Amino acid sequence: MKSGIIIFPGSNCDNELQNALESVGSSVIRIWHKEVSLPKNLDIIFLPGGFSYGDYLRPGAIAAKSPILNSIISFGKAGGYIVGICNGFQVLLESGLLIGALLRNKNQKFICKDEKILIGACDSIFTKNFIPGEVVNFPIAHNDGSYFCTDKSLKSLIDNEQIPFSYLENPNGSKANIAGICSLNKRVLGLMPHPERVIFKENGGTDGFKFFNSIIKNF
Amino acid sequence: MKVKLEIRLNPDILDPQGDAINNALQQMNFKSVSSVRQGKLIELDINASSQEEAQNLVKKMAEELLVNPIMETYIISME
Repeated sequence: MKSGIIIFPGSNCDNELQNALESVGSSVIRIWHKEVSLPKNLDIIFLPGGFSYGDYLRPGAIAAKSPILNSIISFGKAGGYIVGICNGFQVLLESGLLIGALLRNKNQKFICKDEKILIGACDSIFTKNFIPGEVVNFPIAHNDGSYFCTDKSLKSLIDNEQIPFSYLENPNGSKANIAGICSLNKRVLGLMPHPERVIFKENGGTDGFKFFNSIIKNF
Repeated sequence: MKVKLEIRLNPDILDPQGDAINNALQQMNFKSVSSVRQGKLIELDINASSQEEAQNLVKKMAEELLVNPIMETYIISME
């Protein structure tokens, strides 16, 4: 599998993400946001966590207008696989590849801690290695992670099984405890937690390894 | 030409920043405050031949970048 990681000014989880992908056997190409086209034969694109453009205007809003985004949107619309983690999730929402918005955390604090994440029913490569109802440990680290969408959108997310990740104990005020959603075709995923931070036992857990392994094994 | 874009959070969206400001004001004994909402003000200097053209341009910018309609509303005004 050949993964592309898009780097924006202010991305800061790109190295961990690269390590995580390489640990499951994927090759990785790093792509600067000012590129206008994607390398050929990419299997999946990752938008990493961080604080692109210092979270100015709205988190992810300015990155969503980067030159490379037009190619990413076309890639997604053509059925390509895209994963946005944390700030990457915010970019996916701001670019319209996923529905909803991420608001300031309800408690007005930056939250950085391990979080219990409930796996939801969702027929995707991202969750094939898990059983619906299983609880995993992924860390979160964000200021604006309170997921919001209209009631109509929420109903459609639920009806179409587009919520693979929910919080067991909602830390940030997200609607319906949502921690991650995917597109209708289950190929574009956005999530606030950081699976790339729990790859090796020495770093506090291996649930993230299971996540990336699920992608590569079921691709 | 100076154009102002006021951005507000939709009324049904929780505003923790506004709530934090309200809490501080209450602690300072401004008991007459019943609620606070915090928004954004963007001032733009625009080269345009008419006010209407400037307003239309800012409307386009609001729709494409400056405002997220899922959570925000906006008002454009000329200085």
